[in-house]
Amino acid sequence: MAAVDLLEIITPGILASIQDAGRQGFGEIGVAPSGAADSYACRIGNLLVGNLENAAAIEITLMGFQARFLTETVFAVTGADLQPSLNGRALPMWTALKAAPGDILDLPSPVCGCRAYLSVGGGLHIPAVMGSRSTNIGAGFGGFDGRMLRAGDRLTGCRPGHYLACAGRSIPDALKALPVSEWVLRVIPGPQHDQFPETSRLQFYEVAYTVSGKSDRTGVRLEGPTIGKEAGAPDSILSEGILCGAIQIPGDGKPIILLNETVTGGYRKIAVVIAADLPLLGQLAPGDTVRFQETDLSSALDLLRRVEAAVDWVRGNFSD
Amino acid sequence: MPPMIRHLGDRGLLVELGRGIDPAVNRRVKQLHRIIARERPHGVVETVPAYASLLVVFDPLQASPEALKRQIIGLCDFEDAGPTEDRAVVEIPVVYGGEAGPDLDAVAAHHGLSREAVIGLHTGTVYRVYMIGFTPGFPYMGELPEALDTPRRDTPRTHIPKGSVAIAQRQTGIYPAVSPGGWQIIGRTPVALFDPRKETPSFLTMGDAVRFTPITGEEAAQWPL
Repeated sequence: MAAVDLLEIITPGILASIQDAGRQGFGEIGVAPSGAADSYACRIGNLLVGNLENAAAIEITLMGFQARFLTETVFAVTGADLQPSLNGRALPMWTALKAAPGDILDLPSPVCGCRAYLSVGGGLHIPAVMGSRSTNIGAGFGGFDGRMLRAGDRLTGCRPGHYLACAGRSIPDALKALPVSEWVLRVIPGPQHDQFPETSRLQFYEVAYTVSGKSDRTGVRLEGPTIGKEAGAPDSILSEGILCGAIQIPGDGKPIILLNETVTGGYRKIAVVIAADLPLLGQLAPGDTVRFQETDLSSALDLLRRVEAAVDWVRGNFSD
Repeated sequence: MPPMIRHLGDRGLLVELGRGIDPAVNRRVKQLHRIIARERPHGVVETVPAYASLLVVFDPLQASPEALKRQIIGLCDFEDAGPTEDRAVVEIPVVYGGEAGPDLDAVAAHHGLSREAVIGLHTGTVYRVYMIGFTPGFPYMGELPEALDTPRRDTPRTHIPKGSVAIAQRQTGIYPAVSPGGWQIIGRTPVALFDPRKETPSFLTMGDAVRFTPITGEEAAQWPL
């Protein structure tokens, strides 16, 4: 099927890359899942424009993204509020809209949140590598030539003309995950939580941490009082498999919440963010504050079911 | 020894099959990894093997952790395949020292050895690939002879060239792509460790046996890729 010229990147901003639901099943050979850091926003954006929820979208970080549409297209912007506009007119988010050739989409600067998703009807024409269109930026494969997007890149789409009827779709406010700047993340105590002194464990749940500017797609780095380890305990442990949401305490005592770009690690995990709250990790912006709240497996399952019920509602409402 | 299973949040179970860097423990990890891949317990998304543990990732909407734990304990009841498992030795050619191995002289000085003695020790051992991690295709191999036990660099490098062969403590590894890292770089191989376009993207897999052989820079330049 012929690919259609869809849009041209004018400026990618801090970091823009192609991401989808991620690459599962290659942990054995050191390949991390990658994928949209805010999977909820990415899934909903795709459903709004008529795609399958695991289609590829453009993940845009914080500010400075601009692109020109090259054909008539339906698109949606979800996730962080980066003040999106089309030809200078402010756009509603979480809504499927129509763009004409030559229209310029602008996501200049953040109001709140960290990552926005641009989904287009019919999806991006990007070859799947090892089962996914996500960019593994560190290893340089997947996505658009295995790299972050640059000025002048032209992306192609698949039959965008067939999706124009999706324009106008939107979702109730209650289903829009609106980023905040003060976060509470729910966690399960980690596999090594009992290797930290009690004072460190108590402190972990009492302190409001600040998101560091050194955070990236590998991990959210936190600033705040350091977490002490038992006297004489070595800094690292024997490397073991890890997951997005694991909160590592490295030698300097500053917590790092891992995202989707790592598969093994050699630091102790004091806690792990529950699956229902993983999409929030993609929206933690430098300067935001984060508190951790302990929960249990049964509450975590209830919360995850609520997230999936929201996606189910959107999927059901738009499948016709 | 019965496995110890710890929760990694609400979608991971860490199955610990022993302690430390031990070929017998690592062999059990590999066996359990294969058994779970074959039995496919309901809800399991993937398994990630490491030195002494297997991470079982599951979908909490499909499987309850308690039921999965019981199932995993049942699957751990297998006979050790023993050291007779089929392991043809994989030869990896390496250009040692110079620009290819900028830390070779420092490693030699650290141990009071000659360059040739370090190369002799590094090439004189058959290593086990204990796990692949850190970056796609990066093999953690051991054990390095005790005479080469070297700490990591005080300041990690930000840009290590593709194919760099490195050591840290009792381990040796190969950087499959340009990346940051703190291991001591003693050489470079022309062999491509990771290619996502291939049917088998990783050149090495867990459990492989590896021996390094010295080659010259000219031989490396003409290495068939």
